[in-house]
Amino acid sequence: MIRVRNVCLHYQTVQGTVKAVENVSFDIFDGEILGIAGESGCGKSTLMKGIYGNVEAPLALTQGSIEMEIEQVGERQVIPSTQFHRYWWEHISYIPQASMSVLNPVVRIQDQFFDSYLRADVRALGKQQLQGRIAEYLRELELPVEVLHSYPHQLSGGMRQRVIVALATFVHPRFVLADEPTTALDVVVQRGILTMLVNLQRQLQNTFILVSHDMGVHYQITDRMVIMYAGQVVEIAPTAILFERPRHPYTQLLINSLPRLGDDTQRFGIGGRPPSLLAPPPGCRFAARCHLADDQCRQVQPPLVEVAPGHFSACLKHEWVTEIPLVGERETT
Amino acid sequence: MSDKFLEIKNVSKIYRIGGLLGQTKIAAVDNVNLALERGKPQVLSIVGESGSGKTTLARMLLHLIQPTHGEILIDGMQTGGQLNGAQLKAFRRRAQPIFQNPFESFSSRKTVDTYLFETARNILGAQTQAAANRAVDEALVNVGLSAERVVGRYPNQFSGGELQRISVARAMIPRPELIVADEPVSMIDASMRMNVVNLFKKLRDEFKVTILYITHDLSTAYYVSDQIAIMYRGSIVESGPSAKVLKTPSHPYTELLLDSVAKIGEKWNEVVRLPDLETKEYGYKGCKFAGRCAYAREVCRQAKPPIVTLDGQSQVHCFKPVDYQHPAPAGGS
Ligand SMILES: Nc1ncnc2c1ncn2[C@@H]1O[C@H](COP(=O)(O)OP(=O)(O)OP(=O)(O)O)[C@@H](O)[C@H]1O
Ligand SMILES: Nc1ncnc2c1ncn2[C@@H]1O[C@H](COP(=O)(O)OP(=O)(O)O)[C@@H](O)[C@H]1O
Ligand code: SF4
Ligand code: SF4
Ligand SMILES: [Mg+2]
Ligand SMILES: [Mg+2]
Repeated sequence: MIRVRNVCLHYQTVQGTVKAVENVSFDIFDGEILGIAGESGCGKSTLMKGIYGNVEAPLALTQGSIEMEIEQVGERQVIPSTQFHRYWWEHISYIPQASMSVLNPVVRIQDQFFDSYLRADVRALGKQQLQGRIAEYLRELELPVEVLHSYPHQLSGGMRQRVIVALATFVHPRFVLADEPTTALDVVVQRGILTMLVNLQRQLQNTFILVSHDMGVHYQITDRMVIMYAGQVVEIAPTAILFERPRHPYTQLLINSLPRLGDDTQRFGIGGRPPSLLAPPPGCRFAARCHLADDQCRQVQPPLVEVAPGHFSACLKHEWVTEIPLVGERETT
Repeated sequence: MSDKFLEIKNVSKIYRIGGLLGQTKIAAVDNVNLALERGKPQVLSIVGESGSGKTTLARMLLHLIQPTHGEILIDGMQTGGQLNGAQLKAFRRRAQPIFQNPFESFSSRKTVDTYLFETARNILGAQTQAAANRAVDEALVNVGLSAERVVGRYPNQFSGGELQRISVARAMIPRPELIVADEPVSMIDASMRMNVVNLFKKLRDEFKVTILYITHDLSTAYYVSDQIAIMYRGSIVESGPSAKVLKTPSHPYTELLLDSVAKIGEKWNEVVRLPDLETKEYGYKGCKFAGRCAYAREVCRQAKPPIVTLDGQSQVHCFKPVDYQHPAPAGGS
């Protein structure tokens, strides 16, 4: 598993410190598909960088810890995130947002596989055998083997993304992090790639962490979800329960804003905007946009509490969420 | 003056691509017709998978690239190749782009407000700093941001979603007649997506702007558009009023798209077939979808499918609605 404890991830900028992730704690269990969602700019990608152990200036882990527990030669080991880089690709791999940048534009796909896997036992296979294994793996994933001889720019966005998924899962890492792996792709290819990832996950029983803006995607494939708002975790719940009965107003408004095919009702995004992460307000960060907010909310930072087994909410009025219907229409711009 | 503001007739764009398959020609856009009427502002969605030619079509409409065949007319006048500087400037005031990848629309070495002020001064024609400030601030507020949070910052200091909202704001500064938005919401979270598409509705209704909305998000396309065109491998395979096309799809590809949407409340069941290397399909003689179509028959592979008008409303390029009858060679395709 991966344990995230009281984590603060801050960017140093000339304007000041951007507190992109603030005091975040949760567990990632073995064998689950965990979804992360939240408004753009709320710190999802930053958190993923932290969980991958890829924290470089101007970003810094200013507080807390991230640890990965893995089994190695029959022994359980706890590894701090500062050491994660030693386990990249083989134990933990990462498909970043805008992952076109993962592939080197002037190197053929096959050589990208060779370059990524420097592990001794993989190397020991020799080039020829490795080549065979890679081709076999691509066939398993129903990718045309011709791609191995192509350069990234010769492939469409969807094909490139499938290659990256193949690359990231080739030696069966325990943890696969994917940051918006399908946002740039159409629904058919998206469905194909997600199905491919889910099948791999079922087969390997590994852990898969997915950041996506598409709540439909979360509904389809994740087991549990973490909802972030302005650098903090505001809700954690099993996916089905989260959609059925959210216990944080942000989640409720988010789910309500989603348009559905064939449904003509007017929908509204959440009015207002998130607070600046340079100087967040003292109380609940969602207060300025929340239909349930009162003075207490503006003063007290709501703690993340377990409101039902496995269901956490950081709202002082979590009992009232979903009980009180959303009144009137929300601001549109 | 023509009642058409912008019109494209039998437009194609052929690219020659070298590489692993030797020199091949692909029709990124293949014989497409489209007209935007004056005084009838609407949202026209163009939906299709990645590589289907949406961006190429958008770039031709914006006079950023020239078609290989066919003509583009502005106000009914043929533009005949390159516009001169003054014409181009006048055209830019009327037709504004929003591009797919916000990280590419802004140079990493300039602060993003540079673009906003440039547009306010050069395209809108703001005479004073105060007027420019007002235009920039108003545009930013419309997309849920503010000048205070944007001015002085570089692109890498924003999240993907924030940057895309800034692109929308920039396009709105000159109050154009047409906005060509190439996947403007693909990097934005679901609730902000609704704000942007509602904003498009507002621009259409209040400012009489026609919006060409290129997307693969079928839910927002259904929600926002009056007309829709579905593209596959360079051709528009089905087009018409969006409610008709999305509620009663006629083209097998439209059906596949609709089946692949990650819906909430209804889980996927069977597996989908992903496309082969796209370049192969471009070479197909008959229907380019034949390799993936469950209804394909021999004639589909041999001849270009006819354009069939259904209920006098929507048009579909397919043999199926005409019982696989080969049409008389007359009539365009
Ligand atoms: N290199 C950087 N320097 C300074 N600030 C940054 C940097 N990268 C990100 N930020 C800021 O940190 C915050 C969180 O950014 P992050 O990329 O984690 O958001 P996100 O949740 O992934 O958003 P999106 O959904 O749009 O990808 C944002 O306010 C962003 O402006
Ligand atoms: N400058 C170019 N040179 C060669 N091929 C191109 C160029 N631009 C686009 N293409 C090809 O044209 C096809 C359509 O691309 P594009 O219009 O970007 O599709 P979309 O926007 O629908 O994803 C793709 O196969 C793409 O690789
Ligand atoms: S703590 Fe108060 S302001 Fe914050 S989400 Fe809950 S009700 Fe709204
Ligand atoms: S023309 Fe034939 S192959 Fe093409 S979509 Fe129609 S039925 Fe399918
Ligand atoms: Mg991100
Ligand atoms: Mg495109």
